[in-house]
Amino acid sequence: MAEHSECIRIEHVGKSFGEKVVLKDISLQVSHSEIFGLLGPSGAGKTTLVKMIAGIDMATSGAVYVLGGKMPKLDIMGQLGYMSQSDALYGELTALENLEFFGALYGLKGKPCRKRIMEVMELVNLSGELKKQVSNYSGGMKRRLSLAIAMLHQPQILILDEPTVGIDPVLRKSIWEELNLLSKEGTAILLTTHVMDEADKCHRLGMIRNGELIALGTPDALKQETGSANIEDAFLTYGGVRA
Amino acid sequence: MRIQALIIRILRQFIHDKRSLALMIVAPMLILTLMSLVFNGKTYEPDIAVVDVSDAILTKLEANDANIVEYTSSEAEQALKNAEIDAIFRMEDGKPSVMLEGSDPSVNKSVILLLQKIAQDLSPAAGIMEPNITFLHGSQDMAAFDNFGPVLVGFFVFFFVFLVSGIAFLRERTGGTLERLLATPLRRWELVAGYLAGFGIFTMIQAALIAWFAINVLHMMMAGSFFFVLLITLLMAMTALTLGTFLSAFANNEFQMIQFIPLIVVPQVFFSGLFNMDTMAEWLQWIGVVMPLTYGADALRDIMIRGGGWPDIAVDVYVLVGFSLFFIIANVLALRKHRKI
Repeated sequence: MAEHSECIRIEHVGKSFGEKVVLKDISLQVSHSEIFGLLGPSGAGKTTLVKMIAGIDMATSGAVYVLGGKMPKLDIMGQLGYMSQSDALYGELTALENLEFFGALYGLKGKPCRKRIMEVMELVNLSGELKKQVSNYSGGMKRRLSLAIAMLHQPQILILDEPTVGIDPVLRKSIWEELNLLSKEGTAILLTTHVMDEADKCHRLGMIRNGELIALGTPDALKQETGSANIEDAFLTYGGVRA
Repeated sequence: MRIQALIIRILRQFIHDKRSLALMIVAPMLILTLMSLVFNGKTYEPDIAVVDVSDAILTKLEANDANIVEYTSSEAEQALKNAEIDAIFRMEDGKPSVMLEGSDPSVNKSVILLLQKIAQDLSPAAGIMEPNITFLHGSQDMAAFDNFGPVLVGFFVFFFVFLVSGIAFLRERTGGTLERLLATPLRRWELVAGYLAGFGIFTMIQAALIAWFAINVLHMMMAGSFFFVLLITLLMAMTALTLGTFLSAFANNEFQMIQFIPLIVVPQVFFSGLFNMDTMAEWLQWIGVVMPLTYGADALRDIMIRGGGWPDIAVDVYVLVGFSLFFIIANVLALRKHRKI
């Protein structure tokens, strides 16, 4: 694993839907144990990029490599954990049934699956709500359940699209602690956010605006380079709004 | 002011959804057209085979709008078995006798009426011409419901599976779970197969209950094997499922899925044999050929009314399997829109 510590490599990726160009010439890498944040306003193209890494979408130009394989590739997709922006849950099922269903898709079953379900639900603080129908969950609870599902099969890479929307600060803190723990164990985490203070917690950041990667580096480096006090100011500077 | 704003908003929504707009106008027209085609057809002319009948009767029959063919006794019986003709008219020991095919009460009635008319014309005084009537299938007591009941059994299975599976698959797409599924190593054909199997089990129960209810509670005529009824309803459900999930790819919400009912489901009712098709123009009868319900209804009638076995339904079974396979492939290909591999 150490020999190729990079686990996501994006090379000159572009994406357009017909005439509309969504992403332009994006290149970046994410290593094992790294928490990489994609920062940008909604509509910037974050989700499109994330979907290409997850193997759902395909680049119009350039290439996406994950764990050494060119995406999309089904056996690599089994080693990714994906949490989409919308809560992709079956409302008519209970949380447990949802977890069991997705677990089975990744080949988990029986006792190990049950054990893993308890672990991830403990993590997102939903252990007491396993038997509850998901349609009765609050927005934040659904978000946490989606996160639990993404982590269920202990993937090498976690791809999280806006993971902490609608989650209260206390829980957000505990989720970040968990993400840090996972990254120490070697998991690469790629997440998108438009919350600037959350971006500070990432090891490295990519700033996206109008489909272009306008900056890439550690939060401190980005702040230093622009002489800004916070990430928000740095973003504005790179975006050309502030000189 | 607020009401006006509401009115404008609603009208604008309609203008943006041209499809729903068109449907609300076109669909009723379509259904009315179909109904007029079905109910305004010519009066039914029964096909009657005559065996050793005097010329006097023959000319009378022809004068009364019946399609007459002259057969030998064995030829006629074979034709009746294959439902190519509606009745055999022959003389037995100097007395006329009629054997009806019997599966459609309205046809039975028109044949009997015709013969009674002729009998009266020929010898108004005496009743010597009153024919002796026998049935190949069914009986004099058979109600119209017995005739179209099997079609309805097939139709309801088809209709509900179409709708429920179509909407379930649509929800999968609009709710984001389809995308989530495609982020797993799940293959496209596995997804389609999963739906088939899942709904297959559900439909087995549904079909068994409906068939049981029709036969045992409504006392629908049941001459053949219950197993074959289940087989056919299951195959119809598979066709409905694969068609429903495929078409859901062309709907953006539940309402648009409902819009497929008048377009896809209702026409099948008209052409599947619920109404007698012999009175329709020939080119119209061909429409039924492309409709899955036609084959399911035909097979169910063969089994339930005529007591048919495997040789009678084999072709229908193959065609239904063919429809299902076709739509399964279409489904797998349609999913390419969401994920290329």
